[in-house]
Amino acid sequence: MGLNLSPNIPDPDGFYDELLGAHDGMDDAQSDAFNARLILILANHIGDRQVLRAAMAAAKDT
Amino acid sequence: MVGANYQLAYSLYPYKKVAAQDQPAQRHPVVVVGGGPVGIATALDLAKRGTPVLVLDDHEGVGQGSRAICFAKRTLDIADRLGAGRDMVDKGVVWNVGKVFHGQDKVFQFNLLPEDGHKNPAFINLQQPYFEKFLVDALRRAEAAGAPVEIRGRNVVTGIAPQDDHVRLEIETPDGPYAVLADYVIACDGARSPLRNMMGLRFDGRVFEDNFLIADVKMKADFPTERWFWFEPPFEGSGQSALLHKQPDDIWRIDFQLGWDIDRVSELDPDRIRARVDAMLSSQAGHVPDYALEWTSIYTFQCRRIEKFRHGRVLFAGDSAHQVSPFGARGANSGIQDADNLAWKLDLVLKGHAPERLLDSYAEEREYGADENILNSTRATDFLTPKSKISWVFRNAVLSLARRHPFARPMVNSGRLSLPCVYDGLSLNGPDRLKDPAETRVGAPCVDAPLAQGYLLDMLKGQFTILALNTPPPTVGHASGVEVATLALTTEADDPTGALAQRYLGPASQAVYLIRPDQHIAARWAQATSHDIEAALRIARAQEA
Repeated sequence: MGLNLSPNIPDPDGFYDELLGAHDGMDDAQSDAFNARLILILANHIGDRQVLRAAMAAAKDT
Repeated sequence: MVGANYQLAYSLYPYKKVAAQDQPAQRHPVVVVGGGPVGIATALDLAKRGTPVLVLDDHEGVGQGSRAICFAKRTLDIADRLGAGRDMVDKGVVWNVGKVFHGQDKVFQFNLLPEDGHKNPAFINLQQPYFEKFLVDALRRAEAAGAPVEIRGRNVVTGIAPQDDHVRLEIETPDGPYAVLADYVIACDGARSPLRNMMGLRFDGRVFEDNFLIADVKMKADFPTERWFWFEPPFEGSGQSALLHKQPDDIWRIDFQLGWDIDRVSELDPDRIRARVDAMLSSQAGHVPDYALEWTSIYTFQCRRIEKFRHGRVLFAGDSAHQVSPFGARGANSGIQDADNLAWKLDLVLKGHAPERLLDSYAEEREYGADENILNSTRATDFLTPKSKISWVFRNAVLSLARRHPFARPMVNSGRLSLPCVYDGLSLNGPDRLKDPAETRVGAPCVDAPLAQGYLLDMLKGQFTILALNTPPPTVGHASGVEVATLALTTEADDPTGALAQRYLGPASQAVYLIRPDQHIAARWAQATSHDIEAALRIARAQEA
């Protein structure tokens, strides 16, 4: 399976709210650390190096 | 006279004038320059094969200071073949457990204990002077048994002139200069290699802006025999990381990462070092134990290599060819693999049993090994010393996740400890007609296994060997032009634990392996004819153009 860049998350507004809400009360350094941990956890869950590489490329290409 | 630049731990080959110094330059098949671990291992291996070797060393023995301390299983396997392995394991400290801390907290611990059924442990800690002395002892035993080897101490090579059919070396001694001629020169003269400099060869790579303080302390402590590594250690003045590791003779290696902008002279002040060591030890023991500073040093490091390990008749091996950070124990361990790789090839070439281009495969294989070591070492260094704010953020994210989540532990990198190099896809590899097991694929070094009569690696004596499992071995005539040993084993009679079948057969019921003199696997099949073996023997000796 390649990288899915089509809508895939149920209730996108709810998810976005939850993601930002997770940063509530954090300063920048805490938010940076949280984001890094989250990326590592999600990357491990995906596990597929090709998908991860494609995701990094997609994130770079803005 | 070029002066000695370090103190000796052992005087092993004091200068003695030889008749050749008053005669016209004499010719030798092989001259090894440098009597460190790589030079001695290469000379010993060649001499045991009957190829005469002259070793020239600028000192008269082994230098002080423990320097390299971690010796890997592959090195011990090679040392066993050379007759020095037992002394090393008997003297060394065997360790398996490593603990990783971040600040006050333990992040996780790992166990390097290999699966059962290997003669040698995954690692021993042993001060480098012992390691070198045991190699020289083995060389002296081989010499006494007739192996053609000579070491000349305080013979400083001051000039090298490569010619088409030989190399001329100019040598300084306490009795003045003389010269020798060599068919081949092996440069094992260390990271600052004078030969490399005389030949004008570049040594390119990356400098890491960091200083590390080593303190070897002697104390009676009841810390366990484990490798303890701290990221951002909690004790005062310890820098960005610290390491505590046991050596023989009640010596403990302590390593502090001090950073780049330091005053080396004041950091080496014994009082200042003691303050650091006191803080570390009291944080662990609850008080400052009695200890003595045995040896201290500050080092910086680079990861670099020369572009080509072979320059015609001059071959570079060990630190003269490549340099890595100490994290991962990849310096001396990879140098011993260089020696192991080069000796049999040079021996066959000098005896006319292989074309000279076999020596190009030394460069090909060991340059590949050096690149692998440099990659691992560079990655470890980048984890230890993040180079940007975001790399700090990710590094510490990995450390904090690793406390609770197993997935993050393999990303924690305090040095990836040396594993033997597998020569995947390189020129000397013959056919691989078995899919499994992967650990014994073509290009890999043989994996040990306990047999009814001893260990498998002890049965591989440094020749090409046909290992036939559950099948009669194919015969190979003298037409092959090289001596080939045969080892025929059956799982029924020879494999009491099942490890041999697991490591060499996998799902197959029978197999034939062709094993190189350095115990790397040259080819393997479920069944092989004499023709198959002979073809693989030609590939493994670079006879196929």
